[in-house]
Amino acid sequence: MDAATAIELRGLTRRYGYRTALDDLTLTVPAGATLVVFGPNGAGKSTLLRILATLLRPHAGTASILGEALPDRAWAVRGRIGLLTHDPLLYGDLSARENLRFHARLHGVPLGRVDELLAEVKLERRADEPVHTYSRGMLQRAAACRAVLHDPEILLLDEPRANLDPGAIALLEPLVGRESGRTRVVTSHDPAGGLAEADLVLGLREGKTAFLAPVAEVDAARVAELYAA
Amino acid sequence: MTAAGPRPPRTTPTRTAVAALLRKELLLERRVPQVLPAMALFSVVTFVVFRFALDTTSVEGRTASGVLWVTLLFAAMLGAGRLFVADHEEGGIDALLLAPVDRTALLIAKAITFVAFLALVEVVAVPVFVVLLLEPGLSIADVGRLALVLLLADIGIAVIGTLFGALAIQTRARDLILPLMALPLLVPVVIMAAKATAPVLAVTGSGAPGGRYLAVLCLYDLVFGLLAYAVFDFLLDD
Repeated sequence: MDAATAIELRGLTRRYGYRTALDDLTLTVPAGATLVVFGPNGAGKSTLLRILATLLRPHAGTASILGEALPDRAWAVRGRIGLLTHDPLLYGDLSARENLRFHARLHGVPLGRVDELLAEVKLERRADEPVHTYSRGMLQRAAACRAVLHDPEILLLDEPRANLDPGAIALLEPLVGRESGRTRVVTSHDPAGGLAEADLVLGLREGKTAFLAPVAEVDAARVAELYAA
Repeated sequence: MTAAGPRPPRTTPTRTAVAALLRKELLLERRVPQVLPAMALFSVVTFVVFRFALDTTSVEGRTASGVLWVTLLFAAMLGAGRLFVADHEEGGIDALLLAPVDRTALLIAKAITFVAFLALVEVVAVPVFVVLLLEPGLSIADVGRLALVLLLADIGIAVIGTLFGALAIQTRARDLILPLMALPLLVPVVIMAAKATAPVLAVTGSGAPGGRYLAVLCLYDLVFGLLAYAVFDFLLDD
């Protein structure tokens, strides 16, 4: 694996009991590229993200992130990965500022970065209110701040635009969008939106690779077939 | 903002991580008190129940020691069951696992928090116990001796409670699993603590806790502290 490769998976398999959530997945994501993953619910998208985030161990095959083999060298990539999922990973009874300061301390990030990010996503005005009082969009903005607080090299995004209005999407674009310049793995159910930001496209169906191709070779109809099947 | 290129692995010092986790624990408990009121209320109510069940206001020695430690033990179980709830339900454990932090920072921070919670509960519970049940009360010297036993036992309870609290939180039947697994290991702590406390609460006697019981409590704290340190990583692993 050379320095230009951010993620390399070979025959990656993960099971939950008797059910195989990911089956023999092989792919390579170059540094700075965006891999968009499509697939119906239960196809294995979230499992893939959790393995890449070092939160789950693969049961077979190999996974290498930023040149470090998982799970043995997982410690070496923690702090270099940002994860944004449906679960914001924020304490509901703490404010956004308190949550982000907590994460900043865990990552050894200067606390000033918290205020910068809160301003960037326009949350300063309500930054000291408990997170459980936030709307879904505000929560996603705070969670995005948490995901990029430590300036990760790889971003793992589970439907990052779900439930967001266009204004909120525009606010998050510099942090987690293409223009962030980071290597990204993004799950999506939106063929047009997903293809627009992809370099590589992976289609998953019941844990197996339905297709893996550069974005130029995949159109919305092919993505739609995944869901039709 | 964008990463310019591959960076070397980075780690946050365990001391920094423990401080961050402690600050968060205290902030959460101050914002929405959940553990402390439950433990304190349970202790007070249990002493009231003992007061009427025994139909006396004058227990002392071994009986008093037994009443005190059984009550504190079950109050501690209540606290251990709540210790990881916020982290489990709100993704705090995942967030910690994503950070470049030694996972034992969580064990250390939780155990310190638990010792602090137990000490605060005892500040409320012990005076209530003395007023409702103990005859003839405690001298200033006895309070110091009792505090020493309480501290040593609290450390053991906190380490074992944290270890099994972290294990139980990942199961559906956590309210059942935690006492089933932790109580057998806490019985020696309670036996040693009760034996060490009995002379302090006796009307007659030396008033000093037995040195060998305190030594065993210290040893138990040390052994389970090391054991928890060795296995905690695996408890959080997938």
